Amino acid sequence: MAKKESSFINMVVTLFIVTMVAALALGGVYTATKEPIALAKKAKTEAALKAVIPNFDTVETYKVLAVGSTDSLSVNKCLLNGEIVGYAIESSSTNGYDPTPIKIMVGFSLDGKITKTSLISHKETPGLGTKMGEPKFASQFEGKDPESFKLIVKKDGGDVDAITAATISARAFCEAVTKAYNVLKKEGGNK
Amino acid sequence: MNQLQNFTKGFIKDNPVFVLLLGLCPVLGVTSSAFNGLGMGLATTFVLVCSNTVVAIVKKQIPDKVRIPTFIVVIASFVTIVELSMQAYVPALFDSLGLFIPLIVVNCLVLGRAEGFASKQNLLSSVIDGSGMGLGFTFALTLLGGVREMFGNGSIFGWKFVEGDAILIFILSPGAFIALGYLIALINRIRKTA
Repeated sequence: MAKKESSFINMVVTLFIVTMVAALALGGVYTATKEPIALAKKAKTEAALKAVIPNFDTVETYKVLAVGSTDSLSVNKCLLNGEIVGYAIESSSTNGYDPTPIKIMVGFSLDGKITKTSLISHKETPGLGTKMGEPKFASQFEGKDPESFKLIVKKDGGDVDAITAATISARAFCEAVTKAYNVLKKEGGNK
Repeated sequence: MNQLQNFTKGFIKDNPVFVLLLGLCPVLGVTSSAFNGLGMGLATTFVLVCSNTVVAIVKKQIPDKVRIPTFIVVIASFVTIVELSMQAYVPALFDSLGLFIPLIVVNCLVLGRAEGFASKQNLLSSVIDGSGMGLGFTFALTLLGGVREMFGNGSIFGWKFVEGDAILIFILSPGAFIALGYLIALINRIRKTA
């Protein structure tokens, strides 16, 4: 078969068919993967929750408006046998190296100390900003009381060891932790 | 050219990164570790094989003047399909590679093979060309990523053999150019003697 001539009608018809097939295929794949993607995201949030609060059986989730901004954070109140054992607050910061928000889960024990932090999602530079998920950086928050431990990188006069060559990501991470702590304070907790 | 040569040309002789210098944007951007390079290479290979296949099948139905838009639509669709499927079924892998998947669309290697090879050759050759070029690309990215990770982070595939920080510039963008330059020189040397 000879190649189709580039007449106006041929071009219009070809492009129409190609884009339609592509659109249908993408629509199909999107519908088929929508549920698994939502499930995977939920599983990830739950895994983050389990990572920051070690022992609980029920979770009450509610939204709380962040201090000084219009977005709200998810607060997960974790209970074991009807008693509160801690709070896990999902926080984020858009001030990373990539405009996509850095989402983290911060766990607080009842005395207001950070139990652990867990990175949920981000788009920071691979090999540099991604180090904020590694223990070397993340573990320095464990067991710290934000009242006495300044959640600012050392370069800016705080107590946090930044990541070499990824200070911006570290700053954004600190910002997200601070946001979570402010919500906890506003919420009252038992603090 | 027989099919074996068609397949192996992507590794050294016509290596997309070291010889053709195609698709350098993802090459320089994502090769900060060997694992990243490998993942990006394999994802690109998948898209390359799929787009080469489709282009080789429909090439006669496509009028010349609209071939480029058509190829782009085909490539972008496959990239989106890969992205969505990875997100849904292998979320762990998506976590480490998801950032790079959309970059495949702008990789001129994929469009270059569709335009320069698949639109002129038959289906079998196009599929073989796609896999050969894709694996050559993967090889180049893994090698570059490995070299940069080794010098910049003191590790290979995440296995650390030097404690603490290494020569950080190799992880940063300038390191990509330096490492790529030396690797190109090395490959040129090999090609001359071979």
